[in-house]
Amino acid sequence: MAIYLDHAATSPMTREVLEAYTAALTLVGNPSSIHSQGQNSKRMLEEAREQVAVSLGADAVEVTFTSGGTESINLGIKGLYWAQNPAPVHPRPRVLIAAGEHHATIDAAEWLARYEGAIVEEVAIDEFGRIDLVALEAALGDDVAVLSILLANNEVGTIQPIADVAALAASRGVPVHLDAVAAYGYLPIDFHALGVAALSVSAHKIGGPVGVGALLIARSATIVPLIHGGNQQRGRSGTQDAAGAVAFGVAAREATTNIQARATALAMLRDRLIDGVQAAVPTAILRGDPVQRLSGNAHFTFPGCEGDSLLFLLDVAGFSVSTGSACQAGVPEASHVLLAMGLSEADARGALRMTVGHETTEAEVDAFVAALPAAVSGASRAGLSDRVVGMGV
Amino acid sequence: MRVLAAMSGGVDSAVAAARAVDAGHDVVGVHLALSRMPGTLRTGSRGCCTIEDSMDAQRAANIIGIPYYVWDFSERFKQDVVDDFIAEYSAGRTPNPCMRCNERIKFAALLEKALALGFDAVATGHYADIRTDEAGNKELHRAATWAKDQSYVLGVLNTQQLAHSMFPLGSTPSKAEVRAEAAARGFSVANKPDSHDICFIPDGDTRGWLKDKVGAEQGQILDRSGAVLGTHEGAHAFTVGQRKGLSIGYPADDGKPRFVLEVQPKTNTVVVGPKEALDLAEVAGFSYSWAGLGPVESGIASYGADDSITEFACEVQIRAHADPVAAIAFVAGGELVIRPTTPLNGVAPGQTAVVYVGTRVLGQCTIARTVSAVPAPTAQLV
Repeated sequence: MAIYLDHAATSPMTREVLEAYTAALTLVGNPSSIHSQGQNSKRMLEEAREQVAVSLGADAVEVTFTSGGTESINLGIKGLYWAQNPAPVHPRPRVLIAAGEHHATIDAAEWLARYEGAIVEEVAIDEFGRIDLVALEAALGDDVAVLSILLANNEVGTIQPIADVAALAASRGVPVHLDAVAAYGYLPIDFHALGVAALSVSAHKIGGPVGVGALLIARSATIVPLIHGGNQQRGRSGTQDAAGAVAFGVAAREATTNIQARATALAMLRDRLIDGVQAAVPTAILRGDPVQRLSGNAHFTFPGCEGDSLLFLLDVAGFSVSTGSACQAGVPEASHVLLAMGLSEADARGALRMTVGHETTEAEVDAFVAALPAAVSGASRAGLSDRVVGMGV
Repeated sequence: MRVLAAMSGGVDSAVAAARAVDAGHDVVGVHLALSRMPGTLRTGSRGCCTIEDSMDAQRAANIIGIPYYVWDFSERFKQDVVDDFIAEYSAGRTPNPCMRCNERIKFAALLEKALALGFDAVATGHYADIRTDEAGNKELHRAATWAKDQSYVLGVLNTQQLAHSMFPLGSTPSKAEVRAEAAARGFSVANKPDSHDICFIPDGDTRGWLKDKVGAEQGQILDRSGAVLGTHEGAHAFTVGQRKGLSIGYPADDGKPRFVLEVQPKTNTVVVGPKEALDLAEVAGFSYSWAGLGPVESGIASYGADDSITEFACEVQIRAHADPVAAIAFVAGGELVIRPTTPLNGVAPGQTAVVYVGTRVLGQCTIARTVSAVPAPTAQLV
């Protein structure tokens, strides 16, 4: 059985989540139906909404269930943009995103630029992936419709100084969409304390099912929906997935109960991995913020190695890890996050992300560290794919 | 052996991978990403570049039950194949990008990476046969089915590359049999159309594609004596042997059709003349290689002074699907010279001449110099 060190890609469901999910799937009833079976489904759905709200320091009315993180992010960014720019006037054409955001954010913002005439600007991040607060302050203004930023980076694990970001944006009256998909379950999140307009999360990153997510929309915020027809939720139409919500609710409760203690324990496991890698492969360079980083995230670059070579050799050896940037058709490309952090394309291509989670053990981490040197030496031999080769020519 | 199966998403490479597994090898499937812009989904196989092809390859790997990965060779492919293709055309030559891809990507960059990662060989779906002689030397031979034979495009492989290559389809009697086998194995690609075009020019319009890359300027059309017959809209649009599209407007003195004899990119000039003038008595090039043992080691020639190689009898093939022509070849002054016994017709510099002895591929050269079988009235050709 392969050792799974890719919790940031998706995290396995616990037995409790799976049982709640399958039990809910056996029940019939559309939450919008008026009969008793519909009402039962509605009750399950709303209990789940409350669980998700509690896990994020929000009210249930602020939780809109979606099909996942990508939809949440699209709804958050486009919905805020549209609400700030009622036709035919466009008083707030600018959209700010941090450099190195997830592609859901980058592509949604670029869509707004192409089809809605938005002016999209990236705010620089430093070598550790932290946003440049001075540049952010300079960029904020009353013509900005939305600022979208990761709470913590999904690739390199850097946690942003989000209270400072939110305070700056609030002082300039700019609505903030927070992409908390990677951070959820790994550090405490208090939606009300942050005071942001919208916040995206996804169930499968915390041990819930794929296909379920949520966008928190502050009571005070206005969002124009992406999809129309039925108005089942604030900000979204479509029959609601009660079973998916139930599973999400259980996963949310599990992932956020005693979250500080869980994160501390997980960080010890992560540090065991980081220390082990650095001892086993001294040339490896830890990327992301060394201190303010997600409790499950270890991210390195290995000079002279191609990430896909490393991934292949580790996969064959029984370890599931990531290069950090899964792209179209599974083609590994140099990470835009690492490039935004100032790495060269050659350095960025040698990236490997290991993410530990609720099922990871010390023995698994140790086994990975023991297997790594052989993979690194094999990948070094294979070298970088852009060098000139010639088979005996 | 640990075998890396290069899987394009087509039927041939899928069956080749399955046969490598059946032969008892430890096989891993790899799809080469050759473009950073996979583009939209297209129907039909284009051999590379599309998301659909990558998914087809993955589905076949799933059914075979082998691990599957996508490796990015897009940067190398752009430099070694696409840019090379543009540069060759700009220089008035006619390159074969599939041969270049075999030479620099599949059996070089990919093979080197595979060996470094612990594989023993790369398997592909090419129709060609690798045999081992009594002394253990690898030989490249035509496929059993000459109609599908692809040994021509593999002519660039050298001894070391042959030693680590595997062509599981080489002895298959027909393509229909490969498709039937694919269907029996449950591959969704069993009836996927063959790829014909150059993969990075998906609409097949090579001239139109080149026009965007190399630009087009009006130039002169000359006859062999240097007389101006007309003008053209860019030399890149012409290839040696072409008859259509000259638009000269009046007939030749003898009333016979004119053909492109030569493209001179430096002067942006196209030279035309009668069909007979396309007949070549000799093709030659300094860039040549032997696929396995050379003619001396094979016992059909001997070394002369200054590393020259004496004449030997062979056959020469100048296109993937051209008929082979009996020839005499030798090496002199560092150049492989091939003299066909009957003239070769319509050969452009940049094309590859593959030299066969029987069914065996002896080697190849990139044609840099040609000698017409019919002397020009005044000026010397090429």
